[in-house]
Amino acid sequence: MSYRDMSIGELLALAPPGWGGALLNGLCLSLQVAGGGYFLGLLIGMAGAASKLSGGPVARDLWACYTTGIRAVPELVLILLLYFAVPEALNGVLTSIGVGEVSIGPFVSGIVVIALVQGAYATEVMRGAIRAIPRGQIEAAYSLGMSSAKTFRRITLPAMLPGALPGLSNLWLIATKDTALLAVVGFTELTLAARQAAGATKHHLLFLCAAGVLYLLVSLISNAVFKALERRATRGMSHG
Amino acid sequence: MQRQLLAILTTAALVPLAQAEVTRVGFATEPYPPFATPDASGEVNGWEVDITRAVCAAAELECDIVTTSWDGLIPALTGDKIDFIAASLSITDKRRETISFSDKYYQTPAALAGAKGVELEVTPAGLAGRTLGVQSASIHQAYAQAHFPEATLREYQTQDDAHQDLFAGRLDATLADRLIIEQFLGSEEGQLCCEMRGSVSEDPETLGEGIGFGVRQGDGALRERLNEAIAEVRENGTYDEITARYFDFDIYGEPDT
Amino acid sequence: MADSRLPPHRLGLIAVALVIVTLMVVQMQWGWLPEYREAILDGLWLTVVLMVTTSVAGFLLAIPLGLVQVKGPRPLAWLARGFCTLIRGTPLLLQVWLLYYGLGSLFPYLPGVRQSWLWPYLIESWPYAFAALTLSFAGYEGEVMRGAFAGVPKGELEAARSLGMHPLTILRRIWLPRAVQRVLPTLNGELVIQLKATPLVATIAAVDTYAVFGRIRQETYMVYEPLLLMALIYLVLAGLITLAFAAMERAGSRGR
Repeated sequence: MSYRDMSIGELLALAPPGWGGALLNGLCLSLQVAGGGYFLGLLIGMAGAASKLSGGPVARDLWACYTTGIRAVPELVLILLLYFAVPEALNGVLTSIGVGEVSIGPFVSGIVVIALVQGAYATEVMRGAIRAIPRGQIEAAYSLGMSSAKTFRRITLPAMLPGALPGLSNLWLIATKDTALLAVVGFTELTLAARQAAGATKHHLLFLCAAGVLYLLVSLISNAVFKALERRATRGMSHG
Repeated sequence: MQRQLLAILTTAALVPLAQAEVTRVGFATEPYPPFATPDASGEVNGWEVDITRAVCAAAELECDIVTTSWDGLIPALTGDKIDFIAASLSITDKRRETISFSDKYYQTPAALAGAKGVELEVTPAGLAGRTLGVQSASIHQAYAQAHFPEATLREYQTQDDAHQDLFAGRLDATLADRLIIEQFLGSEEGQLCCEMRGSVSEDPETLGEGIGFGVRQGDGALRERLNEAIAEVRENGTYDEITARYFDFDIYGEPDT
Repeated sequence: MADSRLPPHRLGLIAVALVIVTLMVVQMQWGWLPEYREAILDGLWLTVVLMVTTSVAGFLLAIPLGLVQVKGPRPLAWLARGFCTLIRGTPLLLQVWLLYYGLGSLFPYLPGVRQSWLWPYLIESWPYAFAALTLSFAGYEGEVMRGAFAGVPKGELEAARSLGMHPLTILRRIWLPRAVQRVLPTLNGELVIQLKATPLVATIAAVDTYAVFGRIRQETYMVYEPLLLMALIYLVLAGLITLAFAAMERAGSRGR
């Protein structure tokens, strides 16, 4: 099975010995890690925005340390640091609450790393969006006797969404691209899959370009989806 | 509510991993023919994979292959992400400070591949001013630093990258395991660009005493099981049978003490 | 902004931070530091040089990229737009590898390339690092510049035109300065992002701060100490950039 004699179509074929399937697998992993990290990151961001806006002074300062620190250190360094530290820390916590040690695979570590990075940026995006909501809306909800959790779910969340969407769409694109950095710790997502294919077949340009096209497609499609979401969200606003 | 959700999510993600009692074997992610090369279906193939599987079978271990970047293997081992390393890891005293090793399961001298048309001798003087590619964190990097101080060293994350740059003409030579060099020189790229420059002089301190499985310090039980299994596959012919599929000679080297 | 007094909880936090730092200094192993001092400084130098030069070059490239998208001939505008989309839509790591290994794999098949005057540069890794980081900065900043050019009030440009100014003079004297003025506040963030992108060059055998610490990790087999120190170094660099911008802003507002 000499890769040299294969045509481009055969090299990119989905079934082995073609590497197309491996690339798509990598893409799938990339999207899963990006999606998981993005989602968890949004949760962190919401918690961060809430406590930065209405938390106590200590909580506010701690969140400020987290967001500043994460945003100033290269993602690659964070990934290396967290990739080793997160499983140890998690295991420490789990052992102390009596669950015992578990083995944490690269997939979960990857998601947590992306989430921690995303969380810092999401905190800022959401804080800005919440602050842009007219104070009166939230006060009105409280005066109607809504609990703060309900107010958040019913009023704050929908009201901040249009303002937050551009930032959130940007964050999603960053998440998909940040997963590429996991290649450096040996996680076989799209970029590393492309590199492996290139190394095995010696068709470097072909496979790196193919991965580039896949990333580009993801970003173009995501852009279109977020644009549509934005249009819907703002249309809802102007009508009422 | 968020915290609950987070807790559910994390436990959901962790629990399936915690159940099975498997031995995690760390391989490097990059192609390292003919020892371990990932194929398009995501499997790793090669001599070392076959031997490791045979050793696992003989030791009655259920082994699961985990791939990590080469320079992350030892941290992954000490950080309990894998249970032993099977990545053509040479047994050196320097590494023994951090991890322990099984007995060796193969041995290869280090050799130099050079670009065609570049005159160079495998001596400190002959390599002075030459650009020499080595894999970072490898014994060859340590050797080159100790013995070819006047060569310009370029460190690559994988040996495959170094070969690629030798092929591209960016390197004058690369220093690696002889078996790897021979494999590369036999490939189409290797035939086109490069030729063998010969082995380097012995230096057990940097080049080590053969290649063994890397095991966590304090995991003596696993080490013993692996040692017995290596001896078993050597004796019952499995080792020779597997080796014959990839090489036309015994790569075990001198049987040591 | 200015903390004239420290509230008690902050004093507490600072105390906790000091305790943690002291513990880290005492408990962890730092004996390797003197041995690698030179190497770290060299790596730091490459990191800073790469960040500064690629930001400047990238910014210079971003100006025409933004301009043609606002007021250029269709094909040029289309090209610039495509370039920005391409850069922003793919990971930088992939771009770095594509430039270095992708192009490198072509060299043996290009007969004249080894005799050309470019060859001494093509065998080094820094030109690829420089090119990839510059193009990346240009791609992101080009999009920002487009917005900045488009955002300059039309009235100002029309006023200048009605005074009979040459279009190039308008660009040089009014349009460009006003656009650059608009992007200045965002440059701080962009520079920090550029700083954070530099470690990727370590994957193509360039020896920057990240690569030096990678070697330290491999030679000492320590996981956390080198990584923490490296994170601290990048944190300080990012802080310095922010401080420099704050100082510049203050100087600028005083001058006005």
